[in-house]
Amino acid sequence: MPVIRATGLRKSFGAHAVVRDVSFEVAAGETLVLLGPSGCGKTTLLKLLNRLIEPDGGTVEINGENVLSQRPEALRRGMGYVIQQVGLLPHYTVAENIAVVPRLLGHAPAAIAARTEALLTRLHLPPARYAGQLPHQLSGGQQQRVGLARALAADPPIVLLDEPFGALDPVTRASIRREFRELEELKTKTVVLVTHDVTEAFELADRIMLLDGGRIQQLGPPRELLFRPANGFVRDFFAAERLALQLRTLTLNDIFRDSTTDDSAASFAANITVHEALETLTSGNAAAFPFTVAQLMAAFGEALQREEDGWKR
Amino acid sequence: METVSALFLFWREQAGKLGEQTVQHIGLTAGSLLLGVLLGMPLGLFLSRRPRWAPAVLGVAGVLQTVPSIALLGFLIPLLGIGPKPAIFALFLYSLLPIIRNTFEGIRGVPPAVVEAARGLGLTDGQVLRRVELPLALPVLMAGIRTATVINVGVATLAAYVAAGGLGEFIFGGIALNNPVMILAGTLPAAALALAFDALLGGVQRLSTGRLARVGVALLAALPLLGGLYLLPQATGRLRAGFSPEFVGRADGLPGLTTAYGLTHLPSVVLAPALVYEAARHADVDVIDGYSTDGRIRAYGLRVLRDDRRVFPPYYAVPVVRPALLREHPELAEVLAKLNNQISDSVMTDLNYRADYLHQDPKAIAEYFLRRRGLWQAARAAVAGAPVVKLGSKIFAEQYILAEMYAALIRGNTDLAVETKTGLGGTTICFEALRSGAIDMYPEYTGTGLLVLLQPRPAVVDSLGGRPAAVLGYVRAEFRRRFGLEWLQPLGFNNTYALLMRGRQARELGIMSVSDLGGYLRR
Repeated sequence: MPVIRATGLRKSFGAHAVVRDVSFEVAAGETLVLLGPSGCGKTTLLKLLNRLIEPDGGTVEINGENVLSQRPEALRRGMGYVIQQVGLLPHYTVAENIAVVPRLLGHAPAAIAARTEALLTRLHLPPARYAGQLPHQLSGGQQQRVGLARALAADPPIVLLDEPFGALDPVTRASIRREFRELEELKTKTVVLVTHDVTEAFELADRIMLLDGGRIQQLGPPRELLFRPANGFVRDFFAAERLALQLRTLTLNDIFRDSTTDDSAASFAANITVHEALETLTSGNAAAFPFTVAQLMAAFGEALQREEDGWKR
Repeated sequence: METVSALFLFWREQAGKLGEQTVQHIGLTAGSLLLGVLLGMPLGLFLSRRPRWAPAVLGVAGVLQTVPSIALLGFLIPLLGIGPKPAIFALFLYSLLPIIRNTFEGIRGVPPAVVEAARGLGLTDGQVLRRVELPLALPVLMAGIRTATVINVGVATLAAYVAAGGLGEFIFGGIALNNPVMILAGTLPAAALALAFDALLGGVQRLSTGRLARVGVALLAALPLLGGLYLLPQATGRLRAGFSPEFVGRADGLPGLTTAYGLTHLPSVVLAPALVYEAARHADVDVIDGYSTDGRIRAYGLRVLRDDRRVFPPYYAVPVVRPALLREHPELAEVLAKLNNQISDSVMTDLNYRADYLHQDPKAIAEYFLRRRGLWQAARAAVAGAPVVKLGSKIFAEQYILAEMYAALIRGNTDLAVETKTGLGGTTICFEALRSGAIDMYPEYTGTGLLVLLQPRPAVVDSLGGRPAAVLGYVRAEFRRRFGLEWLQPLGFNNTYALLMRGRQARELGIMSVSDLGGYLRR
């Protein structure tokens, strides 16, 4: 059974239809990224899940139960929620902010303290230094880490994130994204993340839902959107970053599948992306792989051709 | 330095009164503030949820703020009577705007992202309000309450005008008696109260959120107690009097009356001069001070109690002129004399009634009177370059009417031009205008000439014994000698202080004179 099942969701603000007949499912432990240009309805769709916005039509079921049959507060306490502006309570300390939901749920103070400490440590904010600080004393990246810790504090099975890295500078953004990806906490959780950043979507998503004009344009794994675009909009949407995305999407396994170096494929981790392999090779670690940059790029070119041909057929 | 020592002397002499007034002042401020917070905060919260209503509600509160305090009190008297009720209600209305506006703006100033995040985490609407919005709006909200407090401490001085006491009693008494020490004696404690309240609330604001809740509850509980404090010293008696501040303070007012008639059992409150008649009419008080020719005596069915022991000095109206006027235009003497002894008390009361109550134009009233007496002459054709006679009057209807009478007589019977300078404020302004030649003539009262302008030693006043002819003779001689000004002949009526009661009540109790009143109170 899917953890989240949305059926026929519709929402209009005045005469403006923001979400039009959207249905999808998210499986347990899956990360679904809602991607699209500004105004495509992705944030509204996210807020329909935790009832910050109520739909005009359609249903949302969480673990098979219609969300309308639950009190909104109870529903939300079971779903972590992170927004772009973070929204830490400015009059609460870092520790108090993280403790908000566990306290609402009536967890024991000692358990809350231990959990807070563990989360802060894992997010590289030493508790001794940061637990007692107020949000305005932190940098933007640190604030967003606290926001993430707050969303995870009560260990909710579902986490909703609305442009969580949108307000950060590119360097901080990349590093937090890496932390996010590697965070043990999140690997088991069902995550729905909203972004307009294509790279981010490809980096984090198990599946991507590309939205435009309130409708799903395509829903599938990143690779599918890239190589099997459902329509012109999908193709155009990735056009500018196509090459970078292909480098990040294709793995060594993909490009060396039918080639002469097939025998040696076992000698390296085949699920490494071309982009990662390229980075390793060009950063002075030429012996890491049994192929050169030139061979890698040649194989990459052939693989692209195969994908193109496959799409044409 | 003299003022300072006089001030401390005054405080020491009036320590009891000062304490009582301060307590009343605190009570008024606290009571009204409590109401303001109880209504204003929920209203501000409501507006933050329904901003569509904000312009209308804030507009109304803003309009209330612009109503002059004394006018607001005037509107409230018929509804709430006199005493603390209208005062607290008026103060409450004044406190609304800052409290509503700051609650509204404070809540609106909370970053939307913080509220959204809080809701997204699963806080209920009530928890969002209590834990997020109110704490974050608190500095702005408290600033509003502090503003309201300071405004209220200031405006509460006006409570003295509706018999609600407070430090305004000293202030308005001092203004009426032109006594700066007395004004300061009320002003300084009021200012200190404003600062103290502000500092207290500032301290509350700096408390931590947890303690704030407890202190807030304590304050909410304390405010009604403070408000209630003030109701304790309420004397009771068979009759209740409402007097204007000037009457209470003047030697020839209440103090003289109390001694002469032994009016010891007459509890009294202080009221704005403009409100005493209203208060008597609505039976908020039974005995008031007033002027014997006031139009409202007739309008409200009041009765003048006869001053049978002649405590109030005679205040016969007499035109006072610069002698040069009569030398240059001898024909005027005869014209001005046409009004001699023409106007009795009841006639003047009737004329004032037309002005004050029927709102007739003083000019029309003057014509009506002159026609009835056969003195009316249509104005002669204006002569170019004719000398101008400048007539002055003080700033109330009776004087306007008299000035218009003289103006009509001069225009109808001479070729002189007339300029009326009405509304020259009080006695001193008219008198100085006459001395300097800015005006040529104005109607003055013998008692005013004696006690306000000449201010003779008490022995002299006693020797005159309140006899009308003796007083006129004295002021005429002294004005001639000291100022070179001439008092002409009396117009006939005596506009003196008077004690007034509702006619019906006076009849029922058989009170016709002030002696009757004293006897009734002692019974």
